[in-house]
Amino acid sequence: MRTIFRRAHVCDPSQGVDKVADVVVDEGKVLAIVEDSTPYDVGGCEVIDCSGLVLTPGLIDLHVHLREPGYEYKEDVQSGTEAAVVGGFSAVCCMPNTDPPLDEPAVIRGLLKRAEAVGLARVYPIAAITKGLQPEGLAEMAALKEAGAVAVTDDAYPLQLAEVLRRGMEYAAQLGLTVMTHCEDKSLTRDACMNEGLTATIMGLRGMPPVAEEIQVARNCLMSLYTGCRLHILHVSTAGAVRIIRWAKEMGAPVTAETCPHYFALTDEACLGYNTNAKMNPPLRTQADCDAIIQGLLDGTIDAIATDHAPHASHEKAQEFALAPFGIVGLETAFALSYTELVSTGRMSLSQLVDKMSCQPAKVLALPGGTLAPGSPADIALFDLRRKWTVRASEFRSKSRNTPFEGWELQGKPVLTMVGGRVLYREGM
Amino acid sequence: MFTDLITLRETEPEDIRLLLDTAQSFKEILDRSVKKVPTLRGRQVVTLFYEASTRTRVSFENAAKIMSADTTSVAAATSSVQKGESLLDTVRNLRAMRIDCLVMRHPQSGSAHLVAQALDIPVVNAGDGMHEHPTQALLDMLTIRQHKGKLEALTVAIVGDIMHSRVARSNLWGLTKMGAKVRFVGPATLLPRDVQRLPVEVYTDLRRGLEGADVVMALRLQQERMERGLLPSLREYSQRWGINARALEVTKPDCIVMHPGPMNRGVEIADDVADGGRSVILEQVTNGVAVRMAVLYHLLGGEAAA
Repeated sequence: MRTIFRRAHVCDPSQGVDKVADVVVDEGKVLAIVEDSTPYDVGGCEVIDCSGLVLTPGLIDLHVHLREPGYEYKEDVQSGTEAAVVGGFSAVCCMPNTDPPLDEPAVIRGLLKRAEAVGLARVYPIAAITKGLQPEGLAEMAALKEAGAVAVTDDAYPLQLAEVLRRGMEYAAQLGLTVMTHCEDKSLTRDACMNEGLTATIMGLRGMPPVAEEIQVARNCLMSLYTGCRLHILHVSTAGAVRIIRWAKEMGAPVTAETCPHYFALTDEACLGYNTNAKMNPPLRTQADCDAIIQGLLDGTIDAIATDHAPHASHEKAQEFALAPFGIVGLETAFALSYTELVSTGRMSLSQLVDKMSCQPAKVLALPGGTLAPGSPADIALFDLRRKWTVRASEFRSKSRNTPFEGWELQGKPVLTMVGGRVLYREGM
Repeated sequence: MFTDLITLRETEPEDIRLLLDTAQSFKEILDRSVKKVPTLRGRQVVTLFYEASTRTRVSFENAAKIMSADTTSVAAATSSVQKGESLLDTVRNLRAMRIDCLVMRHPQSGSAHLVAQALDIPVVNAGDGMHEHPTQALLDMLTIRQHKGKLEALTVAIVGDIMHSRVARSNLWGLTKMGAKVRFVGPATLLPRDVQRLPVEVYTDLRRGLEGADVVMALRLQQERMERGLLPSLREYSQRWGINARALEVTKPDCIVMHPGPMNRGVEIADDVADGGRSVILEQVTNGVAVRMAVLYHLLGGEAAA
């Protein structure tokens, strides 16, 4: 069926479009962006009045934990992709630390089958780089790719041995797979649960020094340069890491990087009062790090904004700080947080933000979407940027409630998400 | 007025002064032949200890008993914790038995804070991880005040494993709120990150750290720190940072020496100093009972019951 989005503020950085126009969608694809869609208005097509709304390519999240299989009490494909479309995301890349992990073709196939049956946001599995997410022993990457994995990663289990990383990157490179890495030298973070610094010192908690992240960012960038393998640095949190990635890019390393809204919206002081909803890995850092992250986004050092959506059940977070699991949910707050912190403060243009949350993520892993060019999939998000709303975790579609942003007033709300020409979420319009 | 005692960082100076004054007046009860007053009769105080402790637990229990409260002692080693029960479930069950006050010691920083948020009865932090140990700091402050007549403008040097010490953190907040100057002295590997941004002077050199001090407080050195590579050897530590008669030469002539216990004699403190004329270590223990009486008295509404 044909759908016409009429009089939308169309923002598509992939084509340099930033104007009021009509968008015509037909048979699951974008047909045209036109000033006047009257000629396209055939009988029976749905016309959506978008006056005052912003229309963008659907957001793409490079870093999500759907928790299925194995941890369905925290989240599953249904609830996770529902949270995604509510957040304006038409596609999510899911991490392999499930149980069993995404290290076998059958597990990848099973996951994709589930996602298809659910039929909400597109799901792109990221496979484990090593068998069983163990420190050594490569996973069968060729078979995993064939089964549908779009990249490989060590997320949550950072490779400590440079040799394993080297072999993993050499092997992935020949298959055209990008390696995504969580950067953490574990010998520097033993028993640590937040950022190392004044706040941890006051709270009497063991801290993770920024250098634990930076050492691995540097090592991994060097290895990317040496092997030629595309490297994507997950959730950058420190100023030093931004500097190292900038240098690596200047050196010609095929490196991309992401950060998450919490790394520019919050500092480690959010942990005061032993707030386990502010406990994540890498940890929240300092204001200087937040400023450097924003600078990195602006100058292109950091390519994308992801969520690292990491759901945990309430009873798991209601523990002693050091014992609670790392991670926060993010799909339903990511756009509004980024818009509120970056665009409405004048630090970034709307077009730049859409580029970081849609176009660049698509480019990083060569995924469909991230553009409204004619013929591309009709993955579309619609936002009401004037809308102010208050974060209420109890209203999340995600099964979990672990957000440090409860009660925050944010600006900018996704009001419609379309995936492949089908409207999967619509609110207040 | 406070409703729990979790941290001295969040306790007002006037409340600290009130607790010290009350403890001072209660101390007299300890010298009576019949150590019993009816102040907290009928109140139930539970001590929940997830870490081994002799002096703190007995001190709290004696304080409660002197004021006629009933006490129950729960050691985590013999409780449902061993069956995997969470901290919150454990304390909610205790509360369901209609107890009036919970005194808790726990190896995790922030645990007392977590419990206080969940319970509607007074919670006393008897030491949580590396965070705080407020009653220890109060008894230290009471002891100093008894010897010096004041806390204002005194220089207190706290020596040793600052990083892992809840005693150091509570004393820092308590003492500075009462106008004392605090120094942290210890090897760089035992000083926490950004410690110099706290209201404290930081020294790695013992001699400089002790110069002109009115009070020297040695902290217990935990042997397991060496296994994590934080110190080369106990020998080097005791030579460089151990409190002995020679180290005390640079302090004020009337400087007192304190230790929260238990002591590693010959490591962080020399025998002759621990037992010498400047040592007030056993007075600290006595004052501990008075301070804990004062804390329970104010938290359990002793005024109304008295």
